[in-house]
Amino acid sequence: MRITEHPLLSFQRKRVIHFTFNGGPLEAYEGETIAAALHAAGIKVLSRSITYSRPRGFFCAIGKCASCMMNVNGVPNVKTCVTLVEEGMVVESQHKGVLKPFTGPKKSHISHMKTQVAVIGAGPAGLNAAVTAHAYGASVLVIDENPHAGGQLVKQTHKFFGSSRERAGTRGTEIAKILYREAESFVMLQAAVVGHYNDRGHRLVLVKDGTLAELEAEKVIVATGASENMLLFENNDLPGVYGAGAVQTLMNVYGIVPGNSVLMVGAGNVGLIVSYQLLQAGVKVVGVVEALPRIGGYHVHAAKVRRCGVPIYTSTSILKALGEEYVTGAVTVSLDKDWNHIPGTERKFDVDTICLAVGLSPSIEFFCQAGCRIAHIPELGGNTPVHSPAMETTVKGMYAAGDAAGIGEANTAMMEGKIAALSCVKALGLSTLETEKESKESYEELRLLRSGSFGERARQGKERVFAIMEELHE
Amino acid sequence: MTEMVCRCEDITKEDILKAIDQGYTTLDEIKHVLRCGMGPCQGRTCIPLITRVVARETGKSAAEVSRPTTRPPLQPLSLSLFAGDEE
Repeated sequence: MRITEHPLLSFQRKRVIHFTFNGGPLEAYEGETIAAALHAAGIKVLSRSITYSRPRGFFCAIGKCASCMMNVNGVPNVKTCVTLVEEGMVVESQHKGVLKPFTGPKKSHISHMKTQVAVIGAGPAGLNAAVTAHAYGASVLVIDENPHAGGQLVKQTHKFFGSSRERAGTRGTEIAKILYREAESFVMLQAAVVGHYNDRGHRLVLVKDGTLAELEAEKVIVATGASENMLLFENNDLPGVYGAGAVQTLMNVYGIVPGNSVLMVGAGNVGLIVSYQLLQAGVKVVGVVEALPRIGGYHVHAAKVRRCGVPIYTSTSILKALGEEYVTGAVTVSLDKDWNHIPGTERKFDVDTICLAVGLSPSIEFFCQAGCRIAHIPELGGNTPVHSPAMETTVKGMYAAGDAAGIGEANTAMMEGKIAALSCVKALGLSTLETEKESKESYEELRLLRSGSFGERARQGKERVFAIMEELHE
Repeated sequence: MTEMVCRCEDITKEDILKAIDQGYTTLDEIKHVLRCGMGPCQGRTCIPLITRVVARETGKSAAEVSRPTTRPPLQPLSLSLFAGDEE
């Protein structure tokens, strides 16, 4: 399942690591997550579900969906998609929620930390925010639960569109490296924020290396990104049904193909780009289905996929996944103008992977828990934290940036991160003569990034969010 | 036929429809009777799906279906972090 030849990427595999899965020996490469290493060995079923004992594999591969949890070195419920494999690890499936007796590490003292600006999420928005605030002399700490910084940039092998300064023409993978190099000294990886308490300013509770820590922050920038949307269809929980982002992570970060043949669901930009990336990795794409009567993504992406002989079926939906333990096929059906299935139009595809590219929802759990006002804005992916143009939410001193503040793309995420950081800088009294100028330029840049016809939806969504914020202030 | 809404707690679309039939029509009520959203992913997958089903069944828009309450911890934690012996 490992990619050896790729037109764009080269995978410099590190040291070989030995570990066991359900008692059997397996090999992996250093730097791979447990879930990626198992997938490379052809293992898709990681555990079994709690009531019906249905097979469970990962869906999101970025630590959000929790379908990849296994028993690792005797510790149950470990998210294997964000845990790196180590020499001698003992990895076991969990069955029907039965937990083995477990004596965990002894409770340790809770450590206390302080920072001026806490940034949750080390993706494009979070890293750019951190670098900006740091440049003005603020103390900054970025927390991310993944083993790699860069968020979803680390898998975006295509060159960026966009106006100018936020690195148009550069591949996302490169942007991630550049940003991380600047921010590395204040990024804490494999650490999760599990709660927010606002007695005495902002207090965050973190978990790192199995111990709790308390972080006192004057300002919090929440850049937690997004979760991939799931769809309802028969057998939608079978291993082999993956989010498009998970497929990209497997292929572009770890150099592992998701399977041999794929049905793509969704013909927006993500579905089209990932289809092309699958073809680049040597995977067969049997077709792209799209429920809408038209292709949602850029024409240039659709044309590329079609030139490679991949049909795009519009007004078509996925009806069911076939298979007992993992996907062995898919059935699609045509839709009429009222979204009803048209009987007799079922089409069966022999595939081992169904890739869902049906949109993203902002990851708003942290905002919700902290008491931020949430509004349902379909243009921004659904429930979104209400915020001002300066990116401040309805909770004072808490800012939103990137996909967590409404689904956009990486360029606008970086710009929002910068704006949020500049707002913090001003509120902390760290402004210099440059701040106002930089701030004005950032607003203008963001306006330009959203000025095209493809930025229209996001622009309208943001206008609605700002209007709600203004109403609340009146 | 299994259309899974909540992979963590094994809750299907059928379970949600039954709950709605019994009169549980808010996400908090559905969470309280079925546990969906209370598993390790804390509703990251199922909340948008349940919102859609509830909206369709009750004739509301998605915006009118309110989110369930979110409480810490936002990630699964080991109980020993709180209840273990101090070193």
